Amino acid sequence: MKDFNGQTLSCRSQGGILELTLHRPACNEIGSATLAEMERFVDAMDDAAGEASALIICSSLKTGFSAGADLRELYTRSREMPVEARTASVRDFLQRIHRVFNRIDSSPMTTVAAVHGVTFGGGFELALTCDLIIADRMARFCFPELRLGLIPGFGGIPRLRRDLGNGIVRDLLLTGRSINAVRAHAVGLVSQLAGEGEALNVARSTAAQIGKFDRATRATAKRFIKPLPVEQLTEEIEIFCRLFTEPAVESGLRRFVESTDAHPYLP
Amino acid sequence: MRTLEQVMDEILDLAANHFTVPRNELSYDDDFFKKLGIDSLQALDLLTRLEQRFGVELPDYELQGVTDFRALAERIKARI
Repeated sequence: MKDFNGQTLSCRSQGGILELTLHRPACNEIGSATLAEMERFVDAMDDAAGEASALIICSSLKTGFSAGADLRELYTRSREMPVEARTASVRDFLQRIHRVFNRIDSSPMTTVAAVHGVTFGGGFELALTCDLIIADRMARFCFPELRLGLIPGFGGIPRLRRDLGNGIVRDLLLTGRSINAVRAHAVGLVSQLAGEGEALNVARSTAAQIGKFDRATRATAKRFIKPLPVEQLTEEIEIFCRLFTEPAVESGLRRFVESTDAHPYLP
Repeated sequence: MRTLEQVMDEILDLAANHFTVPRNELSYDDDFFKKLGIDSLQALDLLTRLEQRFGVELPDYELQGVTDFRALAERIKARI
């Protein structure tokens, strides 16, 4: 696979391991530019799957793995459109990002999210597509969407339900609180804890171990234990689009975007 | 069992050390956003360090409206 250096992410291949590095300031907010480059990446990823054994997704930004969807772009674009067009635009975005995330989720490669700092909303959902999450002790996980009158829209709840008990899923979704990496490890969300600044190194070491196993067997095992929750993912898009038409969403987005105080990421 | 004052002192020690602010410039009733010059992402970092230090979970909604070290210490003490 040819190395790729985009505006929002980069990809390189080395020793049978692909590394997808997010690098869009302030904290890898996922908007149209990131989505377009992710689409390019998954095309290349599929081509590379015959050679590579593992994919690592990480961030090179100090702030964290990803703060989630680009709410400023969502708000600005939505305001420029009539209501019907807004929903169609959001639906199109969600369908595209679901296609990307589903391809990462079901890739025959073993996938590892190496996360640190803020891993919120859509960023958390991206991490959840991976087979393993390796977390820096300073990582925090959160689904803040209910604060905006929405549910997570990038497939997070179906994937979390696939992996964890319903109690912790309800806790995260219904309180909107963030949990630290130690707690996430205790509930089974995080596979391995890493020291501060060490998540990528631990992920590389894990990927090297994964590379020792037979490719076909590894892919078969993954298919067996990690089915895509297709129906729930489809339902999630419908619920999100329905909620998106509610006035509470526009006011919630406006509050976030126009906030000038120091803590828009706090409830 | 730590007293509120002990909790506050530990918070100030940790904040001064991590955000490289002289300890003697921090006091209990300071606005930590202003005094430490931090934004919400850095506040989450502080929250994580405090959770690790005190061995508690502090839901971030409990920080709603909390801006000074004293109120922060009260929230933490309630969970120790």
